[in-house]
Amino acid sequence: MYRNLTIRQKQIVWAWAFLALPVLFYCVIRFYPTGNAIVISFQDWNLLGDRTWAGLENYRKLAADPVFWQVFRNTFVYLLLGTPVSLVISFVIAYHLDKTRFMHGFLRMLYFLPFMTSAVAMAWVWRWFYQPVPIGLFNNALASVGVPQFPFLRSTTWALPSILAPAVWAGLGFQIIIFMAGLRAIPRSYYEAARIDGVSTWTVLWEITLPLLKPTIVFIVVFSSIGFLRIFDHVFNMTSQNPGGPLNSTKPLVLMIYQTAFSSFDMGYAAAQTVVLFLVLLVVSLLQLRILRDR
Amino acid sequence: MEFRRLKALALATATSAAALVGSAANAVEIEYWQYFFDARVQAMEQLIANFEAANPDITVKMTHFPYADYRTKVAAAIPAGEGPDVVQLFYGWLNDYVAADLIQPLPADAFPAAEIDASFFPMVQAMKEGDQYWALPTAVRSLALFYNERLLDAAGITPPETLDEMIAAAKAMTELDSAGNVTQVGLTAGMTAQDHHWWREVLVRQMGGTPYVDDYKTVNYNSDAGIEALEFYVGLTEGEPPASSFGFMDEPQAAFKAGRAGMHIDGSFRIGSLNNTRGLKWGVTELPANADGVRSNYSSYWVNAITTKAEGEKYDAAVKFMQYVTSDEAMQIWLDVVGELPAKPSVGLTEANANDPVFGAFIRGLAYANTTKFANESGQRQLMVEMVERMTLQGMSAADSIAIAAEAEQKLLDEYYAD
Repeated sequence: MYRNLTIRQKQIVWAWAFLALPVLFYCVIRFYPTGNAIVISFQDWNLLGDRTWAGLENYRKLAADPVFWQVFRNTFVYLLLGTPVSLVISFVIAYHLDKTRFMHGFLRMLYFLPFMTSAVAMAWVWRWFYQPVPIGLFNNALASVGVPQFPFLRSTTWALPSILAPAVWAGLGFQIIIFMAGLRAIPRSYYEAARIDGVSTWTVLWEITLPLLKPTIVFIVVFSSIGFLRIFDHVFNMTSQNPGGPLNSTKPLVLMIYQTAFSSFDMGYAAAQTVVLFLVLLVVSLLQLRILRDR
Repeated sequence: MEFRRLKALALATATSAAALVGSAANAVEIEYWQYFFDARVQAMEQLIANFEAANPDITVKMTHFPYADYRTKVAAAIPAGEGPDVVQLFYGWLNDYVAADLIQPLPADAFPAAEIDASFFPMVQAMKEGDQYWALPTAVRSLALFYNERLLDAAGITPPETLDEMIAAAKAMTELDSAGNVTQVGLTAGMTAQDHHWWREVLVRQMGGTPYVDDYKTVNYNSDAGIEALEFYVGLTEGEPPASSFGFMDEPQAAFKAGRAGMHIDGSFRIGSLNNTRGLKWGVTELPANADGVRSNYSSYWVNAITTKAEGEKYDAAVKFMQYVTSDEAMQIWLDVVGELPAKPSVGLTEANANDPVFGAFIRGLAYANTTKFANESGQRQLMVEMVERMTLQGMSAADSIAIAAEAEQKLLDEYYAD
């Protein structure tokens, strides 16, 4: 039968034969669980018993849950604080590192190192840095110069920035490398022309460097926003005894999903939260795709 | 021709080998699952060795998982026919396991309810429905007050017997640096550890209240006694010097292990890890009584049950294994290896055990212990954590904070029991 096919048809058969594996993989590993999660979000299930239909009950509960709204806000604080801060810092470092010749490779390695370190190990080290006297590094330093202790992880105001700081630091190395690649890709001739015209350094930065870096910046913004929207390991490990605390002030959406699913075993409610996270990620990604197209 | 004969020979050899293996594997193999905790695994290995020696036709295969994955794996495995024949579960999970048809009741002839009622500590009766038991523990655990002998001696005090003595002792052992920062606490504190049990079942009762009514389905601590208990608890961290400090050294047990805490309330399961702490001289006494001499305690336990997967000869083997792990001998081994207390007074309250300098305090505590029936332990603990945080971080009054906690916990219980 195969013998009777035309060459074009044979090519199609082969193409599908090779595509079958990834298609199967995506259906079984990606699409089926995603669809299933959406179905579970309309059900009641404690993982042990039978699933029962709950209609929109889980979503109604979500909308009425003050913790959910707090968590929703936290998630966006991570995004809106983390993305610009890490963008500016990594650009400044990359910009100056690009001009530095002295120990260039070594410095670059130092900045990249945190990115390669396990987030869990890093979170625990920072957690101990933040402890009060007598074990916290920062507070011991403050106490030794007679300054009152600072309640890093024990304040509803400061806990979130305290957790965000190491998360930003950890992602910096990657962003710096991308920025440096972007900077290297700008043709030298523009800078030479600017120098001949006697343009100031600031104008060069505003008129040449930043506009030509736009694709790099968009990439980093998309990449780091998704990262901050999904922040989990830093928060969970730095507050593991009171996850997302104090008083839910550091809890991101992913951590709430994890707790609802695997410590309260309320799978339906957790699935509803997952669907919301999915929609948020979808909207944010679509918005950013629009910005990309503007180019 | 030659080749065919060779093939026949090979086939015959294979068949007889299979027959040989088959007869050797005639013994029944049952599977036992528990979560991973080093001492518990060691103790179970000993029990299995003893059981197999007594029952050569049964082998028991133990599998253990990290605690975090335990419940998920059990839930996925049993309905798929893959899981354990005998499983260990937390007493608070029993309802869920029964409802999900994961476990079957223990046979009444091997486990007569009347006999169990009489021979086990009374809190075990929570595992009974009608005149059948669903599950039974090997060991139970309770709370007690650990103290650092060196710090106590240095302050010239003896282990406290009452709450007032405890506060005085704690204040005497708290140390501050010149800036007023706490560098050593008299008593550890933190609702994230065991303190939420101490508050619920001990302090609230000692102030004259009842934390829950209606078989733990209705919250009842939003009362004068509850407010008094909460003010007492948060008050531990107030005053000059304070008796305690929340979040000191990250975790209460870490502060105690590091020798930076004079006293520490914890469960009997902590004994093993304290024994392994170099340079720490510690002792343990009963939880302090109130001024009227009223004591209370919290006890919890893990139970073993036969799953619905066990059928036929595996079921019979599982029953025998259950009988062994709930025997006096098994309980004594569990006490010696894990430090968890025997579930039967006949083993626990022997002269030697009840007067043991370490286990004694816990065993005496069992006599007046209460067992909270949790719907969602971590969720209910979280509400206690937040109840204290609202006071310490937001300056809310005890009365307002306890009202919020009580309402939230009642909602959680209502949702759980609604199904």
